[in-house]
Amino acid sequence: MERSMHLTVNGKQTTLITDPSRSLLDVLREELHLTGTKYGCGKSECGACTVMIGDEAVRSCYEDVGDVKDRAITTIEGLSSGETLHAVQEAFLAEGALQCGYCTPGMIMRTVGLLTVDPRPSDEKIISWMNPNICRCGAYPKIMNAIRRASRLMSEVTSK
Amino acid sequence: MTAKLFLKTSSSARERAIFSPGKDGEAGDVGSIVDAAGCSQAEKGPLEARSSFQTEPKTLLGGTPVNPSAGAEGPEFDPSRRLFLQMLGAGLVITVLPDVSPGQRRSGGSGPAATVGARLQINRQGVVTVLTGKVEEGQGARAELTQAAAQELRLPVEQVRMVMADTDLVPNDGITAGSRTTPVNVPSVRKAAATARELLKGLAARAWQVDPKTLTVRDGVITQRQGGQTLSYADLARSQDLAEVFKAQIPADVTLTEVAPGDVLGRSVPRPNGRDLVTGRHQYPRDKTAPNMLYGKILRPPSYGATLLAIDLTPARALPGVRVVREGQFVGCVAPSTFRATEALKAIAKTATWKEVPAPSSQALYAHLKRNARPGRRPREHQRGSLDTGFAEATKVLTESYRVAYVQHAPMEPRSATAQWTGDKLTVWTGTDNPHRVRADLARSLGISHEQVRLIVPDMGGGFGGKHSGEAALEAVRLARAVGQPVAVQWTRTEEFTWAYFRPAALIECKAGVNAEGGLCAWDFTNINAGGSALEPPYAIPHSRARTLGSDGPLRQGAYRGLAATANNFARESFIDELAAAAGRDPLAFRRSHLNNERVRVVLEKAVKEFNWEERSQRITPELGVGLACGTEKNSVVATCAEVAIDRRRGRIKVLHVAEAFECGPIINPANLESQVQGCIAMGLGGILREAMAFDKGAILNPSFGKYQVARFEDMPTIDVHLVANHKIPAAGGGETPLIAIAPAVANAVAAATGVRIRSMPMRPELHRLRVRS
Ligand code: FES
Ligand code: FES
Repeated sequence: MERSMHLTVNGKQTTLITDPSRSLLDVLREELHLTGTKYGCGKSECGACTVMIGDEAVRSCYEDVGDVKDRAITTIEGLSSGETLHAVQEAFLAEGALQCGYCTPGMIMRTVGLLTVDPRPSDEKIISWMNPNICRCGAYPKIMNAIRRASRLMSEVTSK
Repeated sequence: MTAKLFLKTSSSARERAIFSPGKDGEAGDVGSIVDAAGCSQAEKGPLEARSSFQTEPKTLLGGTPVNPSAGAEGPEFDPSRRLFLQMLGAGLVITVLPDVSPGQRRSGGSGPAATVGARLQINRQGVVTVLTGKVEEGQGARAELTQAAAQELRLPVEQVRMVMADTDLVPNDGITAGSRTTPVNVPSVRKAAATARELLKGLAARAWQVDPKTLTVRDGVITQRQGGQTLSYADLARSQDLAEVFKAQIPADVTLTEVAPGDVLGRSVPRPNGRDLVTGRHQYPRDKTAPNMLYGKILRPPSYGATLLAIDLTPARALPGVRVVREGQFVGCVAPSTFRATEALKAIAKTATWKEVPAPSSQALYAHLKRNARPGRRPREHQRGSLDTGFAEATKVLTESYRVAYVQHAPMEPRSATAQWTGDKLTVWTGTDNPHRVRADLARSLGISHEQVRLIVPDMGGGFGGKHSGEAALEAVRLARAVGQPVAVQWTRTEEFTWAYFRPAALIECKAGVNAEGGLCAWDFTNINAGGSALEPPYAIPHSRARTLGSDGPLRQGAYRGLAATANNFARESFIDELAAAAGRDPLAFRRSHLNNERVRVVLEKAVKEFNWEERSQRITPELGVGLACGTEKNSVVATCAEVAIDRRRGRIKVLHVAEAFECGPIINPANLESQVQGCIAMGLGGILREAMAFDKGAILNPSFGKYQVARFEDMPTIDVHLVANHKIPAAGGGETPLIAIAPAVANAVAAATGVRIRSMPMRPELHRLRVRS
């Protein structure tokens, strides 16, 4: 049953009429045209669709849009400010931590979620935290490097 | 608006062509897809991405033509030319004039690039646009071809743009497959660029009335040594003369620059559109939308080969905004959202009745392959000496067979396509390795000319040999034609796991003899069903036979990264370890004494040295093993050492450390090649640890990432990649062969530690054999 609802994405509020049981991923991509968030499985098994809801990295394919309507949602498009990239985006670029790049938005958002809760994660922590996200190209070693670099970059900024 | 177009319904041979990755069954055929299908890869540059996908489609494809000059396009308007102008101009030009002189322009052809202008264009800012039919899917063609042009044109890479895989604009460089871009397309781009550079110098020489030999080029500026006069590519691009001279043919014998250390060919040039990838701005095939676009879902049979007997379409038609298309066996629902289209499809799927056909299960797979083994359509056989003589000399004979499961590519982006009719012109955005072929197949299915179909492949989310076909494109085109609006068809992961094709399973039978001196004297090797890549051993064996047999593969089989080389090398390198043990010799010494391929020897020595093999192989325990393997395929060579920890109580293994040495000639882009090697190791680990399609009664039982488990972060060992440069041969591709040695290295490590030989890819079904009661 369709309903009217407000959604706050990347700081902007939109009103839309849709079925609240639709996935957040679908709504982001098809209604808001924010196609940076990717479909990989639709079953919470790959992490390609990861976005931030509040301070938490969440798989948007598994969230009903009706359940997140009052929360602040950030997608990959909302991470950089203008032409200035977020430190995690910088780090992925600098380390060449992508091949096809399709998993990259999800990897970046999950990393943002990690560094929010643990700014200086150990390698073990990185591995277990990132494990839900698949990179079929196997860019894992460079993604690890990127996460370490992002952690350094962000702690440099905060300690300044 | 599409009334003139007639789509042939039901599965004609034409349609099968498009659904088919090219094969049917067996190995020889599969090999031909990858190895023989031609060349290359393509991609779409940042420029193109920006203009064709980020500009409002309306402004892009509507409006009057900028240049209504001759061409294959329809009379009303000329989208391809208009697009091209915008593309070359986007972000670069301030002028309102077309910034490429008219004679430089061309629309894409169906043949390879013969003239300079068909391969590259220069705009008035001196920016070069290279046109290629290759696709980018993560393997790095975009950067590599950019480097090729920059090298010969003496330009910074920032001044080179790539337009990839847009059939209206680019030459036909064939399929992106078989590691062919590096050996074939890098040289062809270099030749065009070198020709262009000389033509540009010629123009300058003419203007100054000097001998072109007195001119030098640097950063796109031509300088005359004595007079100190300069002309830039940008200056020359303003003249009509450039258009004229770019009509020149590219001579076959162009002299290419000798690549020197520090040159752009050889540098770790990053992905040119990397910024668009980390910001989510790049639009993959699945992200492409068109005005008034609808989403389509296709009815799938419950099992392979099932026929639709009856279906009630009314429950879908009752839903608001839903339209149902039925053309024979083809049934689809179209709606304003995926959600609604899926809902509609579910509603009618419940009413469908099917006639199913019997099919073998994965449990019985190898018995089935064996029972149906027969000479394939394209058999391969290599024979040396006489097997009878060889086995007569043997003091020990071993006979074993190895099994390799069906696996899937599982690229992160499942198949998708967006189809848009504008008058009688069709534009399709999709993810395929074979843009010109899919365009031709679509045209044939529709009964229209090739020129009426424009197929565009935006840089796509992975392929690994799994996207040689155009299934989603045909589905989207059929639905768009039926409803008279643009339609996107986006496969789910379940559809991808079920209806895409698979790497063929293999049963490999090996028999070999060792003589009294501990040398291999006889070798008989038969690959059933998977194909002939890397079939021959890189070892000196006086009497040998290596051959392929076909079979009746129960799943739809096709190309794959590394293809049968993975299966053949797994069996061979595992068997070599078994033979070494039978001969009472160390696996490294045994290989050293038989290797007859110097390049393999070099990488093997490199890998064992970096891994510290001699020492670590002395410290093997029942819980910790090391193994090695080597191999060659597609003119490149690889050797891998692996350390594996074994949990004997629970029957589990964990790969801790991998050192891999790889050589594919001179290295064009070290960082990209390193990524390819790392990626191959990750993919190879999935294959040796867990990946296997499970199926029964014509249905896939594990069509999800939860059940079909690819390698994840937790599976990653420490990986040391050692790239070996070899300047004695031309550069070969590096995206496949690094995959072929990891599986046997892991299996050998497990056997070395435990004495248990697992002859199966993946190992998981047999890991229980490692368990011991403590
Ligand atoms: S698409 Fe959401 S986890 Fe895979
Ligand atoms: S870069 Fe291709 S899936 Fe990660």
